[in-house]
Amino acid sequence: MGIKLKALTKSPWVFHLSTGSCNNCDIEILDLLTPRFDLERFGILLVGSIRHADVLLVTGVVTRKVAPRLKRLYEQAPKPCLVVAIGSCALGQGIFKGSYNAPQPVDRYIPVDAYIPGCPPKPEAMIMGIVKLLNKLKGK
Amino acid sequence: MAKTIIPIGPYHPLQEEPEFFRLHVEGEKVVDLDIELGYNHRGIEKLAESKTYDQIIFLVERICGICSTSHPIASVQAIEDIGGIAVPERALYIRSLIGELERIHSHLLWLGLAGHFIGYNTVWMWAWRYREPILDIFEQISGNRNHYAMMKVGGVRRDIEESDIPAIEKAVDDLVPVLDMFKGVVIDDPVIHARTKGIGILTKKDIYNYGALGPTARASGVAIDVRRDHPHAAYGLVEWNVITQEEGDVFAKLVVRVLEMYESVKIIKQCLKRLKKVKGEIDAKVKEIPPGEGIGHYEAPRGEVFHYVRSDGTNRPVRYKVRAPSYMNVPTNKTSVVGGTVSDATIILAAVDPCYCCTERTTAIDRNSGKKTLTGEDLIRLSQEKTKKVARELGLPLEGKLKAY
Repeated sequence: MGIKLKALTKSPWVFHLSTGSCNNCDIEILDLLTPRFDLERFGILLVGSIRHADVLLVTGVVTRKVAPRLKRLYEQAPKPCLVVAIGSCALGQGIFKGSYNAPQPVDRYIPVDAYIPGCPPKPEAMIMGIVKLLNKLKGK
Repeated sequence: MAKTIIPIGPYHPLQEEPEFFRLHVEGEKVVDLDIELGYNHRGIEKLAESKTYDQIIFLVERICGICSTSHPIASVQAIEDIGGIAVPERALYIRSLIGELERIHSHLLWLGLAGHFIGYNTVWMWAWRYREPILDIFEQISGNRNHYAMMKVGGVRRDIEESDIPAIEKAVDDLVPVLDMFKGVVIDDPVIHARTKGIGILTKKDIYNYGALGPTARASGVAIDVRRDHPHAAYGLVEWNVITQEEGDVFAKLVVRVLEMYESVKIIKQCLKRLKKVKGEIDAKVKEIPPGEGIGHYEAPRGEVFHYVRSDGTNRPVRYKVRAPSYMNVPTNKTSVVGGTVSDATIILAAVDPCYCCTERTTAIDRNSGKKTLTGEDLIRLSQEKTKKVARELGLPLEGKLKAY
């Protein structure tokens, strides 16, 4: 593990990207920051720009209008950048499979490191997903 | 003074959904606003035509995660309207109960975000902390915190057990002191007064011109509420009031939402009381949907949701139409934000509680000419040509009938 990746596991800053979701995964992500779950305790901070982020959280089915922007955001991210797909829509388009405006799921556009299933995943599931990802990076 | 353009979005820390605003400013003053949407368009109306009536409820539930029971209620009512299906009384109470719990969680969510938008993060943290017990009730009733899947054509999918009622009652009772606290925080706090009073004003005339709905309209003194105007679910069977304010500014919208939560608590408690007495079926056991048209209304936390379904007697609809309240509310930003300062723009743009994922529409535009490739007239013409073609192939005399349109 390079020094950059090692530093990343200490305090991953996340950027949240909604690629055409129903808002629910997004709200549950925000919920993680509020008092009941309070992820800031562990150094996980939601940041306002992808240029400051270590982890990209992608929610929602990728619509035609968002697809080029998703690629561009990933290109703008400082590397190494971990990508976590959250929710059924981001994983495999969920109930929107077959829509004329949503051709492909997230991992056809950018490489995805972790998948968190659920509609929406519970905050606990999201925490578990991130912890598993970090443990894997540490080689545990 | 030179005009400057401030782009906001589509991905910015302010709101969780993608949307793009172009603020035209002269100095500090906002002189014009462009709104660009369409990032969240998922083609739900078209998808609904390929799903059966039972599947549609799950699909429309995923139009929006915040009002994820408003769309299903409107949808089942539209489908029931086709067949004239009578819903058992107990199911009506459960529908209203779920709807009102959702209204409380949605308004608390907005209150928190509004606090966040004006840089008052304490309000955000507190509002979202007290939103959690509501989500716990949902988890207890339906097994999921957000998409509850409670609605079903002809009734509801799950009953509320007698043993669950005391816990729900307690959670709702515990909420009243919290609401009192928020009422104090909102109505007496000088910081919130300074940031929200007298900005983003919408007059009654603006509301009528834009056709704005829900708390946005009620904060400007227009007392429209579908729960009262077209009673559905159990809203005609319980006592409650429509909350209005006269000022039309952001503060009035805040007050309307806080006071509405009290009304929701009132409705929930009455529903729970009736649920103890009204026993029996929760499902009308619908077998088939006859051909015809149906409409369904529901007062979502943001305003009236409207669903239209046309059936040809099969198990799938031939046309499904959704109109969500933000579709009418978001354009009012153009009036409310212009004339204010840039610093107020954030809270004004969020004051209507916009829900872009409900609202998104799409248009095909030719890149070279910049013209719409398919306008409404084009679609009607194509449809008529196709009908004529089918009529010719089948040898049916449809020519005369088409002229009626």
